[in-house]
Amino acid sequence: MKFGVIVFPGSNCDHDAYHVISKHVGQPVDFIWHRDTNLNGYDAVIIPGGFSYGDYLRAGALARFSPVMNSVKAFAASGRFVLGICNGFQILCEAGLLPGALIRNRDLHFICEHIFVRTETSDTPFTNELKKGSVLQLPIAHAEGNYVCDDETLAELRVEDRIVFRYCDEQGKVTDAANPNGSRDNIAGICSRGRNVLGLMPHPERACEDLLGSSDGRDLFRSLAATLAAAA
Amino acid sequence: MKAKVYVKLKPGVLDPQGKAIQHSVELLGFNGIADVRQGKYFEIALDNSVDEQAARDSVARMAREVLSNPIIEDYRVEIEV
Repeated sequence: MKFGVIVFPGSNCDHDAYHVISKHVGQPVDFIWHRDTNLNGYDAVIIPGGFSYGDYLRAGALARFSPVMNSVKAFAASGRFVLGICNGFQILCEAGLLPGALIRNRDLHFICEHIFVRTETSDTPFTNELKKGSVLQLPIAHAEGNYVCDDETLAELRVEDRIVFRYCDEQGKVTDAANPNGSRDNIAGICSRGRNVLGLMPHPERACEDLLGSSDGRDLFRSLAATLAAAA
Repeated sequence: MKAKVYVKLKPGVLDPQGKAIQHSVELLGFNGIADVRQGKYFEIALDNSVDEQAARDSVARMAREVLSNPIIEDYRVEIEV
């Protein structure tokens, strides 16, 4: 199995993602510059966190027009796996690969802290090694992480079991107090209808080593690796 | 020719920046402010050889596909000849 990490001008978690794939998943991984358009041979691509194009206009808005994004759309349409983390989630929403949008945090601050999320479904290629209801401690670092969508989209996400992570407290209770940014329905991550595209605001790639405060993020990458191994 | 594009948040979409601005303006002593909403404004200079209707159409497309995110924002285009 082979992984790609897409690099935009302004990406800054690309090396973290690369490190996790090579060290913890133990699989080949390449950086893919945003002007490249050839994704042949890759099984999964990661759109990493950062500030692509300096967050000009809207977070993720300009990255959508990078040449690689047409290839990412075709890659996702073919059923292969796309993981968008933080700015990557924002880019996937702007590109229309995931519904909804991420706007300014409720309290305006850039928030950089460890939070808890509850796994709402294990029926995704990214969470199949996790139990539904299990609580992960992951860091967030964003100013625009406030997930919004219309009523119809929210109903669809619920019915189709596409809400993958929700902000919660340490015990797994989903409360307003545990919602760091004002996201609708405490949504921290959602998947596509085909379930092969996941976007989330927390950073699992920054939580793969105890030294960094949590290694809960490894479960996502273990799940994806298990999915790919089973498909091989 | 100049195109002006106004982008604003749709009604109902939370605008924490607008709220913070309202609070600051009230601290300055202004009363009777019911609401402040922050938007974006773009000026696009166009070649004068472009036909006005064609300019309106292409700027509307720019506004729809780039300058605004239709999930959260509305836009308005004005053309100044």
